[in-house]
Amino acid sequence: MKAVSILMSAALGVTASWSAMAQQMVRIDGSSTVFPIIEAVAEEFQIEYRGNYRVTVGVSGTGGGFKKFCRGEVDLTNASRPIRNEEMALCVENGIDFIEMPVALDALAIAVNPRNDWVDYLTIAELKKMWEPEAQGRINNWNQIRESFPDRALELFGAGADSGTYDYFTQAVVGREHASRGDFTASEDDNVLVMGVANTTSALGFFGFAYLDENRNKLKPIPISYQGGAPVLPSIETAKNGTYQPLSRPLFVYVNAAAADEKEAVRKFVDYMLDPELAAELVKEVGYVPLPLEAYEMAQAIFKNRRLGTVFEDGSQIGVSIEDLLQMEGGR
Amino acid sequence: MKSYQQIISGNKRTDRTFVVIGLLVLLIAMLTLVALILDLAIQGLPRLDWDFMTNFPSRRAARAGIMSAWVGTTLVMIVTAALAIPLGVAAGVYLEEYAPKNWITDIIEINVTNLAGVPSIIYGLLALGLFVYGLGLGQTIQVAGLVLALLILPIVIVSTREGIRSLPQSMREGSYALGADQWQTTVRYILPSARPAILTGSIMGLSRAIGETAPVITIGALTFIAFLPPSPVQESVPFINFDWLESPFSLLPIQMFNWISRPQADFHVNAAAAGVVLLAMTLLMNSFAIYIRYRLRKVL
Repeated sequence: MKAVSILMSAALGVTASWSAMAQQMVRIDGSSTVFPIIEAVAEEFQIEYRGNYRVTVGVSGTGGGFKKFCRGEVDLTNASRPIRNEEMALCVENGIDFIEMPVALDALAIAVNPRNDWVDYLTIAELKKMWEPEAQGRINNWNQIRESFPDRALELFGAGADSGTYDYFTQAVVGREHASRGDFTASEDDNVLVMGVANTTSALGFFGFAYLDENRNKLKPIPISYQGGAPVLPSIETAKNGTYQPLSRPLFVYVNAAAADEKEAVRKFVDYMLDPELAAELVKEVGYVPLPLEAYEMAQAIFKNRRLGTVFEDGSQIGVSIEDLLQMEGGR
Repeated sequence: MKSYQQIISGNKRTDRTFVVIGLLVLLIAMLTLVALILDLAIQGLPRLDWDFMTNFPSRRAARAGIMSAWVGTTLVMIVTAALAIPLGVAAGVYLEEYAPKNWITDIIEINVTNLAGVPSIIYGLLALGLFVYGLGLGQTIQVAGLVLALLILPIVIVSTREGIRSLPQSMREGSYALGADQWQTTVRYILPSARPAILTGSIMGLSRAIGETAPVITIGALTFIAFLPPSPVQESVPFINFDWLESPFSLLPIQMFNWISRPQADFHVNAAAAGVVLLAMTLLMNSFAIYIRYRLRKVL
């Protein structure tokens, strides 16, 4: 009997009360990297407007999020890289206009084991030598990277190929998105990478800044030299002032423009998310690098004026400092 | 030439060796399980309190709770059980008692057995295409219940059939001899006698379903949700409503997975505590089945 009644009500479809509730609901999906930020915003937002609006956040990854977003299934999607051309084509096909807004910065930290006493810094060229596709099976020893390095096996740990983190790292280091050697230890869970590097003397790995920050006693961060510049350590300051290049990256939220026009909840949520002081505080609390206040003000203006489309029409760009980003956003 | 004495003592030695090896294997399996559970309990138990059960997810590990996750898991399991057990038992009874023995039945039998080995993500993709987009049921509790029911249906069918097959033919013949027809025989003798096997199979299936993440993530289970589905009971007539079937949801394994991949160690403790709750729910389901089995055996 129970099964019958359940099947019956399943067949009846969405009831009136639920479609009314959907009006007040903000549906969000996307990147697991951006998730902690949006979780924090959603939490505060629902406390602030208790009972009036509801927020749901899923984690389908940057790519999965764009798929749902461009089908119109969610109002917002989080992305750890800008939208790709083929994803944009899907949006166009379904008539989805979107607004792109940076919400925070993340620095990709390069770290080795604390017992590693030979690496003082690395250049991007040296990192490329380790990670490019041609290195597969050939570059297996630290002394192949720099002559002064000892004869120790080189063991690499990095984000899995499905993540936006991997996409950005390969773009920044190898020069081509999604191109790297395949013979490294990959995991979608950064904690696994941290454990790997912490337990292997001759290891090197890359992961989000928050994972370095929480594991300072187990990891040794490596300063990175870019285009012959002085080596720079990853930190909130160096990411914010744009000196930690090219491994700091902006994180984005994309908003469905039609949903923003139709749903009060979506408008309220985006306004709340971009409130400069609150955003900076929440972003910092969950371990990411906040944008400068004027960047949030600029994002507010982008949203208010409903400026559609992306500034990254050629895909992810490396070495984008906040000033560049603001100029790109402002120049539209 | 060996004497009989030697042969016998040799065989006995083989026997003893086998017993020792068997015990060792059992010990390894049990110790691994105990170590896993202990590790989880030591990490998680101190974190478990009323607030943890009744709070919604939060960016602060100390304030975060599993309210939406355990409620979601409970509701999805109710839908799964309500669909998979009746369907699975009916299919099992049909295949064993009614189906003609021909090549179509053979093909169905082979496929049911094979389905038990299909990776769960495939069910998720099927549900995404068929239920979510095809039938437009949305990313809701009912779809999660449906996909998990499909996933465990083969387990329920196979165990029902095993249970029925182990009954002696004389039981049916006795029933027919007393003038019962096939339906009466099935309902009054076959099903009650096969009930222990059916219950065991159902619990095995549900225990598998409760820990699944891949198919439910595919159909759109959420990671952050800070409200509950509408209550299944209401004050006005007809006192129950099924709006909760249409609600978005989160599940315990998804919440655990999210917490375990966070950088902060406090969240890892939360994940362990959620694991303890998941384990407790599985044990609760099991003891419920044992209780039913015990009660019904007394009645019989």
